[in-house]
Amino acid sequence: MNNIYLRDIFRGIVTDNPTFRLVLGMCPVLAITTFVINGLGMGVATAAVLICSNVVISSLRRFIPEQVRIPCFIVIIASFVTIIEMLLKAFQPNLYEALGVFIPLIVVNCIILGRAEAFASKQPVLRSLFDGIGIGLGFTIALLIISTLREVIGSGTILAETAAVTQLFGPNFEPMRLFALPPGAFILLGLLLGGMNFIFKRLNVK
Amino acid sequence: MEKLLSIIFIYILVDNFVLQRFFGICPFVGVSRKMETAVGMSMAVVFVMTLATLATWLVYTYVLTPLELQYLQIVAFILIIASLVQLVETVLRKISPTLYQGLGIFLPLITTNCAVLAVALLAVQEEFTLVEAVVFGIAAAIGFSLALLIMAGIRERLEFAKIPRPLQGTAITLITAGILSLAFMGFKGMLSL
Repeated sequence: MNNIYLRDIFRGIVTDNPTFRLVLGMCPVLAITTFVINGLGMGVATAAVLICSNVVISSLRRFIPEQVRIPCFIVIIASFVTIIEMLLKAFQPNLYEALGVFIPLIVVNCIILGRAEAFASKQPVLRSLFDGIGIGLGFTIALLIISTLREVIGSGTILAETAAVTQLFGPNFEPMRLFALPPGAFILLGLLLGGMNFIFKRLNVK
Repeated sequence: MEKLLSIIFIYILVDNFVLQRFFGICPFVGVSRKMETAVGMSMAVVFVMTLATLATWLVYTYVLTPLELQYLQIVAFILIIASLVQLVETVLRKISPTLYQGLGIFLPLITTNCAVLAVALLAVQEEFTLVEAVVFGIAAAIGFSLALLIMAGIRERLEFAKIPRPLQGTAITLITAGILSLAFMGFKGMLSL
């Protein structure tokens, strides 16, 4: 953990986890986590945009005027989101359909603009790259945790579209549909946040 | 006319932007602590969302489509919204300082409110006409405000409730939103476009 880059990654995943610790960018976390495959796709897409925008913004940080930095950041982020949207449309049409309007909405994900403003516009390129990887991984892991819970409890399946086993608990299992629906998303995330707060409090006390 | 009425009803109650579609969760959690700020934010959102839907629809239909530049819609829309917010801020400061005092601090936050971009994108995707798009923008904004105001009312009461310490703050807000969302699910299936 002495390496500064490793520490950046660790920070992004655990202590500054964008979903569980910073509570940023909640819309996709709640909206598209009904199935694991969607959560994974969203996490990877967001991470890719975050890493690219972090690197570009960091390398341009001396050329972007202070007063118009936010519009500049937004244009850079929006360009990468457009690229990702085109790639998904071309190579993963099913995922593109499932994520729908939430792919273009990566632009306004506060995590990405937040990292650009708070980190990439001040730090050297390499550190920004690792910060992007760390935060991106942290976001993907959070999405995976929530989407796994929601798919297992709410639909009784896991990786429904790809795996051979579709019903985890046998054919007679009645899934708790609430967790696949919007209210379940709010309640589950609320409970998870409470759980994380509890765990971190305990760890700090020790 | 019938379609306009159903758009209004659907996006305020049936498909509420916050509680059913998950757009604009950040401001929903962030500014619902006090009724006063919630009212200010609601007015700012109604104002900007209506204008943004109008502007983005016009640009998409009369600039991007004839030039076959639809793939630039994300970049174009977010720039329009950002500059619109800036414009509204400047104009308000000049014309109505009192209104600016009320809305001023919320305006910059709206640029990153994903509900605004979502309205613009969905209006194009659903192939609404200009009038339908604007009505859709207003209805979505009212739906957002409704959820925000209800939440602010509940959270003012929650201040006095005994909540387990780990759940305080965002966690209990999300759980409350879940119950609220459950209530709004009662409207599910009543109407569709």
